[in-house]
Amino acid sequence: MNLFNDFEDLKLDVLKEVGNIGAGHAATALSRLLGKPIDMAVPKVQMLPFEQIPDKVGGAEQVVLAVFFRVEGEAPGNLFFIMTPLAAKKLLHRLAGLDVIQDDTFSEMEQSALAEIGNILAGSYLSSLADFTKLTMLPTVPALAMDMAGAILSYGLLQFGEMGDDALLIDTTFLEGHHEVEGQFFLIPDPHSFDKIFASLGVPLTNDR
Amino acid sequence: MIDEHNIVKVGMADLNVVQNSGIIRTTGLGSCVGVTLYDPALKIGGMAHVMLPSSDIAREGTLNIAKYADTAIPALLEQLQKLGANKERIVAKMAGGSQMFTFAGSGDSMRIGPRNVESCKQKLEQLGIPVLAEDTGGNYGRTIEMDCNTGILFVRSVQMGVKEL
Repeated sequence: MNLFNDFEDLKLDVLKEVGNIGAGHAATALSRLLGKPIDMAVPKVQMLPFEQIPDKVGGAEQVVLAVFFRVEGEAPGNLFFIMTPLAAKKLLHRLAGLDVIQDDTFSEMEQSALAEIGNILAGSYLSSLADFTKLTMLPTVPALAMDMAGAILSYGLLQFGEMGDDALLIDTTFLEGHHEVEGQFFLIPDPHSFDKIFASLGVPLTNDR
Repeated sequence: MIDEHNIVKVGMADLNVVQNSGIIRTTGLGSCVGVTLYDPALKIGGMAHVMLPSSDIAREGTLNIAKYADTAIPALLEQLQKLGANKERIVAKMAGGSQMFTFAGSGDSMRIGPRNVESCKQKLEQLGIPVLAEDTGGNYGRTIEMDCNTGILFVRSVQMGVKEL
């Protein structure tokens, strides 16, 4: 997939900014919900072999809680909001005042609340991106799963799977001061969305295309 | 427990073979399907971690044959035969192909798990390889490992624990 072989620095910077703006707005939304400041790490933009992508959240067998959105519109892609089960429990306790039972299961009520929180955050992530790029990007209804990271994330790699064995991932971590509530946003735009994002932001296309 | 160094790992969209006393494993199967082929007489086992149902949709330059059901299974069979396995004795098992997320009115790409399973079965049938056991479908992830001494396939999941196939 020579599309991404020489992703120039400029393009990577643009994608970092895309992650920055999206996750920045989502972090602000979360901070308002919690009434606490939320910090955000500098987004990482990397072209990674499929095998290494689950390593970003602790390995293929690590159990994570994920809210998944298929992004539809002019620049389609896959968006994941990922937390450890423990962080999710803490978030529920803080936010919804739910009396959480400290075990590995989530009740219907808890799952529904987490999907809704994910929905709010993804909505602000995508609407800020849509404003920035002037492209429509709409999330589907949220789908929630708690399972092995490999099993969950492979769902976001199918579109790249037809093109090669690597995928481009925009990864942003945010955390609350005491590291109690931590989460990650993974945006994996579909391969053909990149040209649209770059064109819309005025990044010159490489001459080999 | 089994010595770590005896474990052959199969990545996503990857395949490998092992002989005699080894263990062959792949982790975090979601919609992907893990297919194993085994010759019990020679204790030769192979495993493929299939990601997509058909290579017809491939738009990549050099095809990764381990990624697609229709190309991975014949390639795996060939590797077993190279080690001396007899096709008449080879049996298959499979696990995975779940639907991790469900949406109302979900499109075809969301049904990728069941499609992967169908495609693997079709290919195995074409090749005349019997499927001895399977643990497919559902909405959860699986890690599988085959003991090449016995041909037993262990399927582990977060919610269901360990199953033996």
